[in-house]
Amino acid sequence: MSENTQNTAQSTPATGTGSGDAKRAAATAASSAPQSGATGARAVVVAGNRIPFSRAGGPYANASNQDMLTAAIDGLVARTGIAGERLGAVAAGAVIKHSRDFNLTRESVLGSALDPATPAYDVQMACATGMETVSSIANKIRLGQIQAGIAGGVDSSSDAPIAVSEGLRRALLKLQRAKTTAQKLKAFKDLRPGDLAPSVPSSGEPRTGLSMGEHQALTTQKWGITREAQDELAAASHQHLAAAYERGFFDDLVTPFKGLTKDNNMRPDSTVEKLGGLNPVFGKKLSGEATMTAGNSTPLTDGASAVLITSEQWAGEHHLTPLAEVVDSEAAAVDFVTGNEGLLMAPAYAVPRLLARHGLTLQDLDLVEIHEAFASTVLSILAAWESPEFCKDRLGLDTPLGSVDRAKLNVNGSSLATGHPFAATGGRIVASTAKELAARAKETGKPQTALISVCAAGGQGVAMLLRSV
Amino acid sequence: MTDTYLDMVNSGLGKQLAGKLGLPRPVTLRRFTAAGDFPSGSVLVLGRGAAGDAAASALLGWDLDVRRHAQDVDRVGAVVIDYTEVESPADLADAALELASAVRKLRPGGRVITLSRPAPGIGTGAASGTLPGARHLTPSQAAARQGVVGMLRSIAQEMRGGVTANGILLADDVAADAPGVTGALRFFLSGRSAYVDGQFLTVGDDRGDADVDWVHPVAGKVAVVTGAARGIGAQVTRTLATSGATVIPVDVPAAGDALSKLANELRVPALQLDVTDPQAGQKILDLAVSRYGRLDLVVHNAGITRDKMLANMDQAKWDSVIAVNIESQLRITETLLASDQLGPAPRIVCLASTSGVAGNRGQTNYAASKAGVIGAVAATAPLIAEKGGTINAVAPGFIESDMTAKIPAARRQISRRLNSLQQGGTPEDVAQAITFLLSDAAGGINGQTLRVCGQSLVGA
Repeated sequence: MSENTQNTAQSTPATGTGSGDAKRAAATAASSAPQSGATGARAVVVAGNRIPFSRAGGPYANASNQDMLTAAIDGLVARTGIAGERLGAVAAGAVIKHSRDFNLTRESVLGSALDPATPAYDVQMACATGMETVSSIANKIRLGQIQAGIAGGVDSSSDAPIAVSEGLRRALLKLQRAKTTAQKLKAFKDLRPGDLAPSVPSSGEPRTGLSMGEHQALTTQKWGITREAQDELAAASHQHLAAAYERGFFDDLVTPFKGLTKDNNMRPDSTVEKLGGLNPVFGKKLSGEATMTAGNSTPLTDGASAVLITSEQWAGEHHLTPLAEVVDSEAAAVDFVTGNEGLLMAPAYAVPRLLARHGLTLQDLDLVEIHEAFASTVLSILAAWESPEFCKDRLGLDTPLGSVDRAKLNVNGSSLATGHPFAATGGRIVASTAKELAARAKETGKPQTALISVCAAGGQGVAMLLRSV
Repeated sequence: MTDTYLDMVNSGLGKQLAGKLGLPRPVTLRRFTAAGDFPSGSVLVLGRGAAGDAAASALLGWDLDVRRHAQDVDRVGAVVIDYTEVESPADLADAALELASAVRKLRPGGRVITLSRPAPGIGTGAASGTLPGARHLTPSQAAARQGVVGMLRSIAQEMRGGVTANGILLADDVAADAPGVTGALRFFLSGRSAYVDGQFLTVGDDRGDADVDWVHPVAGKVAVVTGAARGIGAQVTRTLATSGATVIPVDVPAAGDALSKLANELRVPALQLDVTDPQAGQKILDLAVSRYGRLDLVVHNAGITRDKMLANMDQAKWDSVIAVNIESQLRITETLLASDQLGPAPRIVCLASTSGVAGNRGQTNYAASKAGVIGAVAATAPLIAEKGGTINAVAPGFIESDMTAKIPAARRQISRRLNSLQQGGTPEDVAQAITFLLSDAAGGINGQTLRVCGQSLVGA
C-alpha cells in the first residue's frame, strides 16, 4: 500500500465514534469522495441469497449450521456465476453454535463452490451478527484491503447444541487429566445426580434471567403499545411478504433447500382478526394487559443468508450490476440490566447518530427496515422517535426525530412473517433492501436511500444506511 | 436409470438364453467419445451421382477407408447410398441389392445412410413439400424419391447390433457438397446420433460450416438452456458445455437448488426464472448480454406434463401445459428475434416429443403443445434465416429419465423395447442431437423436427 493510500485510509472515520461537526463533515466527504486507487472505493451490494426460512423442527431439523450456510453461499455463488473465484473474505456467524463449529464460516467456504483459497472468519453479535458481517466486509472494501467478499449468517433452533452441566463437565475434564485408576475414580467423587441433566440453550439474558420476550413486555408496557397495533404490524408483515413472493421479488433472492421453496412461517391470509384470537404469551405476570402473542412475536427459526459485497471495479470486471452502496453503519448499546432502558431499544440510539453523521432525517429516507423481533419492538422504537421527552432526554435533541411513513416501512415483509434465524436476519434484510432500492431508483430515476435497524440481545443494536447506485 | 434387461442379455448365460428363446437382444450403443467417433471398418459408398462422389471425398478427408464395391470389403463400418439422381422406382434396385450383400459385413455400431431428394408425401420431419426451390416432380420421380423413405425405414428396422439407418434429403437446389450435407453425414456416422434411427434430415440450403471442430462443435458460443435443473435439460447443459459452449442454465425458482449446483459445477451464472413470465425472453437476453456480450444458442427445453384422459381434463391442466410447453417458447423466440443482441448465427432448438407426432392416450394437452412446437419451428425457420440463424426441434421418444422412471415397471419394460434399438435412449442421446443442430455443421438444416427415438414404433 502506498503512503498516499494509507493516509486516505486513516482519514476514513471509524463508525461508532462521536458525532462532532468536524467528524460529520469528514464522513460525508469520505463517502462522496471520488474513487482513487484502492482506497475510498465504494462498497456495493451486488446480490444476495438465502435459503427459505423454516420454523424450528421443520424440514431443516437435521440440517446443521454448516449445511445451511454452505447452501446459502453456494446459491449466491451460482446466482452471480462466481464459482471458483477467490474472494477477499467471507464473514459469517451463528448465534447458537456447537463447539465443533469453531471455524464455521471457513468450513462452509471449504464445502462451497468458492476457491478454497478464500479466507473466512466467524463473527458473533447476537441478532446483529449479519449486520456486523456486512459492515465488516464493506469496511474492508472501503479500505482497499479486499475487492470482494461475502457477508452472511446462519442459525438453527432445531439443531441446537446441548451441553452437559457444569458439574459433569468439570468431572470429565478431571477424568481426562487423571493418570491412575484412583485418580479416575476420584474425578467423579463430587458429581451429584442433578449434574447429569443436560444444559439446553435458552433465549434468557444471562444478567437478568428474563427471556427476551419478557424483557420486551416491559418495554411494550412502558411505551403503551396496544395489542391491536402489534397485530396490525404482524398482519402487514405477512401480507407484504406474500405479495412480494407473488410478484416474483424473491426469484433472485432465495434458493430452495431441502424441498422448501418459501418461508414456511408465512401466513398470506393473516389478518388482524385472526391474530386477535391468540392468547398472550409474554408479560402475563405484569400488572397491565398482556399483549404479546405468538402471532406478533417471531418464532424460533432455522435459516441462512449471504450477501455479495464488492468494490464497483470488481463488480464491473465481473460483469455484475451493483444494487446499492453500503454507506455506513452505527452500533449502539443500552444499559438494560439496571432497567434504565429496554433490552431491544439500542437501535433507537444508533439510528439518530447514524443519520446525524450523514445530515439526514428520518423523513429523508425512502425505505425503512426495522427488524421485527417482536411487533412491539418496532412500535416501541417508532414511538420513542416520536416522543419529545425521549428525544430530548435520551438523545439530546431539541426536536423529536418524528414519525416514519408506514408505506416505507418493511415493504416486503420482515421477521414476523419470514421468521428470524438470528444471525441470518441481517443478510436477509440487506439483500432484499438493496434489490428494492435498485428497483425504485430505476423506476423513479432518483437516488434512493434506505435505513436498516436490527436490535440484538445484550442490549445492542446496529443501524445501517444503504443508497442506490 | 439402468436397463437391467439390457445388461443381462449382453452377458454369459443371459445372452445364450435370449438367443435361444428369440427374445429381444438390445446392445449397448456406440456413443460419442472424443477419442474416436467413426464406425470401425470400411465405408462403402454405393450409387452413382455427384452426392456420392462428394460424400466419398468427405469420408476420405476424415481418413476413412472408402470403397465403391461391396465385394471389396470384409468389415463394413458404414454404407452410404447416393439416390439423389433416381428418376423412377426401378432406379432403387441396384444399390439396394448391393447393400443386401454387405448387410452381414456390417460391424456393431455401424451405419447405413442414404442421400436422396425430398418429395411431397410421407412426412420426414420437415415441411419438405414447401422447401424453397422445390422442383416440379413427375409421378415417377416422386415415387422413386418416396421409395427411398420406405426402404430406409425398413432397413432401420432390420438392422441389429446397434446399427442405425438414417437419410439425408438434399433440397433440389442444394449442392451435393453443401456444408449441411457433409455435416449431416458426419452426424449420422457419429456416436452423437446413437439413438437416432430411421430418420431423415433435410438440408434446405448451402449455409453452414462443414469444418467445425467435431469434439467442440459449439466452441465459443453463448447458450441458454431452459428447464436445466434436471433430466434432459441438465444433460443438454452439460453436453453443450463439454462441446465448447458457455451455457447459462435456467429453471423455475422452485428448482433453484439443483440449478445452482449445476451452475457452480460449470462455473456459470444460474437464472431462476419461470419461462411463462412475460419478461422471460428479455431477462434471458439481459443476463447473457451483460455477462458474455451476446446470445448465440437457445434450447427451449422447459416442459411439463399434466396427464389426464380428455374426459377428465380440466382447465388448469390444459392451460398450464400449453403455457409452459409452447406459449413460452413462442413468446421468448419472438423477443429474441426482435433483439439486435443475438450473435451472427443464432440457433434455437425446441423440445418436441414423439407424443406430438403420434399422439398419446391421456396426453391431449401435452400432444397439442408438442405438435404445436413442430408447427411453430417450421414457421419460424424463414424468420430466423433472415438473421443468419436456424431453428429446429428434437422429438425424444422413450428416454431413461426421472419422468419415465415413474411409469409402472411392466409398462416401462414394454415401452422401452418398442423401437428398432429395443432400448430406451439416454438424456445424453437427446443432448447430442441438440448439440449437433446448434452447431454450424447443421447450418443448412432449418425448420426440421428430428426424432431421437430409436425408431419408435409409435408414430413411426
